[in-house]
Amino acid sequence: MPSPSKPLSPRRRRFLQDTARMAGGCVAAGSLLAYLARDARALQAEALRPPGALPEENFLSACVRCGLCVRACPYDTLKLAELGMAAAATGTPYFTARETPCEMCDDIPCVAACPTGALDKGLTNIDDARMGIAVLVDQENCLNFLGLRCDVCYRVCPVIDEAISLELSHNARSGHHAIFAPTVHADRCTGCGVCEKACVLPEAAIKVLPARLARSSAAEHYRKGWEEKEAKGAPVVEGIIDLPDRLPGPGTDNLAAPGGFEPAFKLPGAGQ
Amino acid sequence: MSARTHDPVGREAIEVKGWFGAHRYLLLRRFSQVFFLVLFLLGPWLGLWIVQGTLAASLTLGILPLTDPFILLQGVVGGHRAELSALIGGLIVLVSYSLIGGRVYCAWVCPINPVTDAANWLHRRLDLPKGWQPMRSTRLWVLATVLIVSALTGTIAWEVINPITMLHRGLVFGMGFVWMMVAAIFLFDLIVSRHGWCGHVCPVGAFYGLVGHKSLLRVSAANRAACNNCMDCYAVCPENQVISPALTGKPGSTPLILSPDCTNCGRCIDVCAVDVFAFTHRFNDHINEPADPIPAQNPQAT
Repeated sequence: MPSPSKPLSPRRRRFLQDTARMAGGCVAAGSLLAYLARDARALQAEALRPPGALPEENFLSACVRCGLCVRACPYDTLKLAELGMAAAATGTPYFTARETPCEMCDDIPCVAACPTGALDKGLTNIDDARMGIAVLVDQENCLNFLGLRCDVCYRVCPVIDEAISLELSHNARSGHHAIFAPTVHADRCTGCGVCEKACVLPEAAIKVLPARLARSSAAEHYRKGWEEKEAKGAPVVEGIIDLPDRLPGPGTDNLAAPGGFEPAFKLPGAGQ
Repeated sequence: MSARTHDPVGREAIEVKGWFGAHRYLLLRRFSQVFFLVLFLLGPWLGLWIVQGTLAASLTLGILPLTDPFILLQGVVGGHRAELSALIGGLIVLVSYSLIGGRVYCAWVCPINPVTDAANWLHRRLDLPKGWQPMRSTRLWVLATVLIVSALTGTIAWEVINPITMLHRGLVFGMGFVWMMVAAIFLFDLIVSRHGWCGHVCPVGAFYGLVGHKSLLRVSAANRAACNNCMDCYAVCPENQVISPALTGKPGSTPLILSPDCTNCGRCIDVCAVDVFAFTHRFNDHINEPADPIPAQNPQAT
């Protein structure tokens, strides 16, 4: 409390008023700016960052939005997000796989051009890039899943047989053909998007998604018993008795019925 | 004040020095603004890659990196340690502007300057009221706010709305809705607040003002004894609070405009019919003695 004997100077009052007004205004404006800055971190799923890009939460403090990576890109894959286009934070580099995928240059010129390290110079082998992960999003329309031999996504993949392989299975529809299922292996997929670009369907059945959408994560506590067993070279639980498995058909270890266990009666619809 | 105060701004200067003489620095400044813009546009338009990038960061002739130190600073407080090439580029820009005057960037390079100059020209033409005039220190508050928000959100916060880099990037890479941003700034300066954006709000100008706090290149009112109080310099100056200490200071006070707010635009030199002002360096505080024993003005003691 001011002492009554000493009147406060009007200049001091003026100063305090001005300061309070400024501080209040700055808190309001700053909150709005913080909202916009946080909001800008929402990257559209179709917008992929260039190779070597830092994780999105670090990228926006690192990228100065100069466009030197865009200039360095020999295939005009990279673009700068335009204001109001909402693909990515305004002015930051991105590409859309279905329009122009990343051609995975060996010398990675976009990373070399980045002045700030928003594209990490630690990326020296383009096969280690993780721009996203291809996911076969629609098995119902994928021609290979229908039993045809389209194979285009598999054929164009720059990391063929490692990032995408064809896994054979029985074609139950025809009964005597195989299904060559294009299968992405996330640990090798760079997310270049060549497969998405090449998909022959009007809307691609295989799409590159950011890892946060493409991947689940295994539960921490979950152990795969067969891996544990192999690592140990013996059953994980000691002293367990391996009881015989009773399986139908000949050649099993069914001791009671050498030559095979035959069920006493046949279930309707069961068997070949 | 004299009757000259009511003359149209710059009329006397045009009569004495001719139109070109009275617009010399304005023309040079427009030439400089166009020059720096064209340097960046030669690549995308004609394939002449002298300069790549934008005002945020660029590479000249494949060797000289330049980085906006304010953007770099926001990145640093946002938690990113920039690589050497960006840091070298930032240092070059920082040192250059700390020598020639921080806000030289505002007057001679910034692409928003022609927009706000146009708004101000029309504002004067329409004789509009000056409107909302927050304190000049507002931009320093905005500057501090931007840095705090950058630190809290881990982003380069001002780049979300910075109209300077947006317009520049728009011209070099593609406009999107940047025209609306430019129109908003124009209308803000025209209707809401005279010299509002560059003079009160923009934290980039505030930053460069701080950078040029002790810069060498200065305007001096060395010939202030000749001043005839036409007030034209006050009318054209975008930061006219910087003039009085130099022009109407007590006898013996420095004639140099030492305020970091001065953009070194040189319009006061253009518009003065009696050549009170001139560019010089900060150590030259020479004052011309009046040729006439009776001073033309009656300096007010402050």
